[in-house]
Amino acid sequence: MQRSAIRREGSAFTGLGPVFMKEFADHLSSARMMVLMLFVIAFGAFPVASSLQQLRTVTESDAFLFLRIFTSAPDSLPISFVFALNFIIPIMAIGLGFDAVNSEFNHRTLSRVLSQPIYRDALLLGKFLGGLVTLAVALTALWLIVFGAGLLLLGLPPRGVEVARAGCFLVAAIAYGGVWLAISLLFSVIFRSTATSALCSLGLWLFFFLLWPMIASAITIGFAPSQIRSAEEYLAIEQIGLVLARFSPGTLFSETVVGLLNPETRTFASMLPAQMRGVIQGAPLPLDQSLILIWPQMTGLIAGMIVVFAAAYVIFQREEVRA
Amino acid sequence: MTDNVIDVRGLTKLYGATRAVDAIDLTIRRGEIFGLLGPNGAGKTTTILMLLGLTEVSAGTVDVLGFDPVRQPLEVKRRVGYLPDAVGFYDHLTARENLRYTARLLAIPRRDAEKRISDAMESVQLADVLDKRVSTFSRGMRQRLGIAEIVMKKAEIAILDEPTSGLDPHATFELLEMIRGLKKAGVAVLISSHLLDRVQSVCDRVALFNHGKIALMGSVVELANQVLGAGHPLLIEASGIDIASTLRGVEGVQTVVAEGEGGWRVVADRDVRAAVAQRIVSSGGSLTRLADLQPSLEEVYTRYFQEERHAA
Repeated sequence: MQRSAIRREGSAFTGLGPVFMKEFADHLSSARMMVLMLFVIAFGAFPVASSLQQLRTVTESDAFLFLRIFTSAPDSLPISFVFALNFIIPIMAIGLGFDAVNSEFNHRTLSRVLSQPIYRDALLLGKFLGGLVTLAVALTALWLIVFGAGLLLLGLPPRGVEVARAGCFLVAAIAYGGVWLAISLLFSVIFRSTATSALCSLGLWLFFFLLWPMIASAITIGFAPSQIRSAEEYLAIEQIGLVLARFSPGTLFSETVVGLLNPETRTFASMLPAQMRGVIQGAPLPLDQSLILIWPQMTGLIAGMIVVFAAAYVIFQREEVRA
Repeated sequence: MTDNVIDVRGLTKLYGATRAVDAIDLTIRRGEIFGLLGPNGAGKTTTILMLLGLTEVSAGTVDVLGFDPVRQPLEVKRRVGYLPDAVGFYDHLTARENLRYTARLLAIPRRDAEKRISDAMESVQLADVLDKRVSTFSRGMRQRLGIAEIVMKKAEIAILDEPTSGLDPHATFELLEMIRGLKKAGVAVLISSHLLDRVQSVCDRVALFNHGKIALMGSVVELANQVLGAGHPLLIEASGIDIASTLRGVEGVQTVVAEGEGGWRVVADRDVRAAVAQRIVSSGGSLTRLADLQPSLEEVYTRYFQEERHAA
């Protein structure tokens, strides 16, 4: 493909619009989307409802009460809404992407569609954007529902800065979904069997969700000397653990969420006493400072999404069309 | 501008060290039906994919309607209709929705598209199932829907890969009629197939593929002359006399070979039917059958590959 890719004429995006519109319409009208939405509501509504119940009884003044709907884990149920999202979003994204390309192979539609005047670029990008916008619509709907429920049940309007923070959180959630969508798209390009592709995506998700934290801490312990002599040494080892954990998109997402929705967050690692000097405990950071704090995580998520999509793109370009 | 719609020179496709297509030359003229024939794996589909720019060309040049599929695939694909082997459509969509998607990819204006879709479906006799889901369609209906897509596209060239495989005789007959219809509309049609007798009935010219090379190319009669030798073969069934010795005396008869039960195959250098009939009757034999054997592609094909194997 390299040779032709350099010299070929015509925009790579010819036909992107129709592919995107078809994918988007297909997703919205599919039974799978209904199932995913039910799943999201079941897993999202419960933490939100219980945290709202608890928040109504809070009497002390809290400047960011509205954001607590997202983050507070009620006693009755030890998961918060954002924690639920941390594992719902990958499942949704995988559900939307795992059969994107291989189902076209299996239904023998790929060669017919590619014999129309479009490049493969447009087909793959259209499929990715179709999935991403579907995901964005679903997450935005969910976000609005939570906001609405908060307004109704707390009887207190959110402040502007809370809306801004929650809006940034929505963007982060969509980017996180984009990473998993790109991963499932990659597997749908690699494997002809949709079942294998779904299994690999879910396997990778389980690996990052369950195994990776353990592996990361095991490796960190392996690096640690038998005796930690200074605070600097401790911090260096903690840093190794953090770097390893951040290979998981879930870690990047939860750090972003913590930074955005808990305005008191100043760092994700420990702070030395010297750094603590002058800090007012529990005082919130302004939004721009919080954004600077989570900027690396956010760029990491978006970069990961682009890298995985690029890998899928390269493999798809080299694939033979014939079934 | 010549009348060639497809012009292929030295086209080669390598998969590793194997030559799937080995330096073929091919021209297809406007408004003809051209058959690409050969056993499975001979390189027919690979050739087609290279014509459409769907797979990389290892060497050689391709010219489709004045465009190079390697550099200008979009221009080629805008003008060429392709019906893949066992074509698939989106099962959860109706026939109309499927064609509408293609129309959007072709950037046909919406109002124009609706008219072209219904006209195309009319021409392949699927107008009554226009709004049925494709999942309910039989294989033959899917193939016809594929033809409708080409008609809607107003393609100048139609490339059909194994269009009749897996169809029952009636559906095959209907499909071949539609292919003739495409020709009448001025479309050059390229058919790849291994089903010879059916293809023979529609093709103006054929190319016989073997191991990535074009072994033979020309009209069916030309190929027959090349492979089976020139001459007029006859099939004779008669009884009561010794056919072989009786017919050897007829002027022009070259060979007489027994074929089957009481049948004889006679090859002559001219039309000797009248003389043969007269000789048999006058020698007291009873003539029960006298048939002029049209050279069949099947025969050409079988004979060619037999000779290939002997040569190898």
